[in-house]
Amino acid sequence: MRNAVRAGAADKTISVLTYALFALFALLCMYPFYYIVINTISANDVSARGDIIFLPRQIHFQNYLDVFKIPGLWNATLISLERTLLGTSLTVGASAFLGFMFTQEDMWGRKFWYRFTVITMFFNAGIIPWYLTMKSLHLTNNFMAYVLPTIVAPFFIILVKTFVESTPKELQQSASIDGAGIMTIFFRIMLPICKPILATVAIFAAVDQWNSFQDTLLLVTDSKLYSLQFILYNYINQASSLSTMVNLQNAGSTAMASLATKQTTTSIRMTVTIIVVAPILLVYPIFQRFFVKGIMIGAVKG
Amino acid sequence: MRTQAYSRKSESIRKFLYILPFMVLLATFAYFPLYGWVYAFFDYTPPIPLSRSPFVGLKWFHSLVENQVKIDQLLQVLKNTFGMSGLILLFSWLPMIFAVFLNEIKAMRFRKFVQTVTTLPNFISWVLVYSLAFSMFSSEGMVNGLLKQLGLTDSPILFLQSSEHVWITMWMWITWKALGWSAILYIAAITGIDDSLYEAARVDGATRMQLIRHVTLPSLLPTYFVLLMLQIASFLNNGMEQYFVFQNAFNKDTIQVLDLYVYNLAMGGGSYSVSVAISMLKSLISVVLLFSVNGLSKWFRGESIV
Repeated sequence: MRNAVRAGAADKTISVLTYALFALFALLCMYPFYYIVINTISANDVSARGDIIFLPRQIHFQNYLDVFKIPGLWNATLISLERTLLGTSLTVGASAFLGFMFTQEDMWGRKFWYRFTVITMFFNAGIIPWYLTMKSLHLTNNFMAYVLPTIVAPFFIILVKTFVESTPKELQQSASIDGAGIMTIFFRIMLPICKPILATVAIFAAVDQWNSFQDTLLLVTDSKLYSLQFILYNYINQASSLSTMVNLQNAGSTAMASLATKQTTTSIRMTVTIIVVAPILLVYPIFQRFFVKGIMIGAVKG
Repeated sequence: MRTQAYSRKSESIRKFLYILPFMVLLATFAYFPLYGWVYAFFDYTPPIPLSRSPFVGLKWFHSLVENQVKIDQLLQVLKNTFGMSGLILLFSWLPMIFAVFLNEIKAMRFRKFVQTVTTLPNFISWVLVYSLAFSMFSSEGMVNGLLKQLGLTDSPILFLQSSEHVWITMWMWITWKALGWSAILYIAAITGIDDSLYEAARVDGATRMQLIRHVTLPSLLPTYFVLLMLQIASFLNNGMEQYFVFQNAFNKDTIQVLDLYVYNLAMGGGSYSVSVAISMLKSLISVVLLFSVNGLSKWFRGESIV
């Protein structure tokens, strides 16, 4: 009896501690985003002093209008959107097709080609040999450099293949007896069935494309092809000159810019940060339910 | 009969032809770069093309250890790589513990909330993480602002420019970003544990901690083992993005891992050939590591990882 009571008390302590620790970690994960948001909508002179910590002060939205006056930011937004749209559709299409084809047991050299694909997940030549190769293929300062290398993605192919293998074989067999060719089976039967896993793949692929930074860093010197991530990185390091420039532009158009809406290095940097992270924050609640399924299927053979 | 066999053969070839264009793409971007390794054996300085660069044999490999300065530099880079990968290995059990205790939370709403919020950082780029870090920890950032308001400091603490504790701060950012995400696999594994195991243990009077120790943890160990092996296999592959964005003139010595060093040598210093030589050694060692852990796994569990 006394043992049980003691165990109960210990359980209580553990419970309270568990709740507290998880609440703290959740706060740590959320607060940086919240901090930046409240700073971008507060008076810029107060926020530059680092005084906005819990609640916004003198709320205004001028920063979000001003920030697009920085040359190149709008263009970078378009580049990031384009590569995400094009890259994601090609990757999803290729992953669906290859994942399906690798289940076709009568395909010539199926095992070999599947291994040929999967092994690239564990092995690569290194970043500089890759860069030199891309250069020799004229894929530097070329929009296609963002898209072409991502089309065949082994991890996504594994996801689709595992999914296709879990569907009843009779579906394909009966269609094939009815005289349907492999392409008809793929487009008419497999694609509709694979929708849930393709949604997962699309999310992962889109996030990868949107977040990609290294390829711009290595392969692009033409500022017309800069992605948002790359521009943000540059801004963090040189925000002061940009704020001066926006302020000069504003001084020309309006008679007097008040201190609260005058751009500072802090306001520029934080506003661009929110613009870069916004798409992720907006779609995250929607896609959150997909990826648990995705990572579980991938874990079977990863 | 013969025509049937023939048509089956042609069907099989036709299927292969459908995937051929994709295999060509893969060969171009994943296998063809291996050819880039030849740069390690030439004295390549752009813009002179490789075809007119002199062949130098193993010169660059020897040059890595030709004098004390270079040896020291390489050793420092290796130390950083081992330090940061070592920390990751040392705390590789954290996601498992995270999942186990999250599972103990009975308030479903709170659990869902924690899971959602802690997974989010995994989906932002390292550039964004750096931007958040800059906002929080730079001289006019939130932490210094708070310290000043509380009267704890007079002059701002330069967290990001410090060359001390870099391994630990880098590990902390990795953990902040990935902990919630890495736990998902374990959370899913926990839901797969047979309930009758818990029932039986409860009948025997097991406490909550005993349930965790004797039922939950043992069921998760196989998953942990596989992930640990994969982490060991990628011991040398820290990636460069995180270290690149966090690097500055002050912390360069302690933040440079192999992947970043290779990048800095080539893109910063123009020493393409030396950089390729290091990269080549790194890839070869990684392959050996992968085969070793795969062998280990076969030996322990009778099942390969890859």
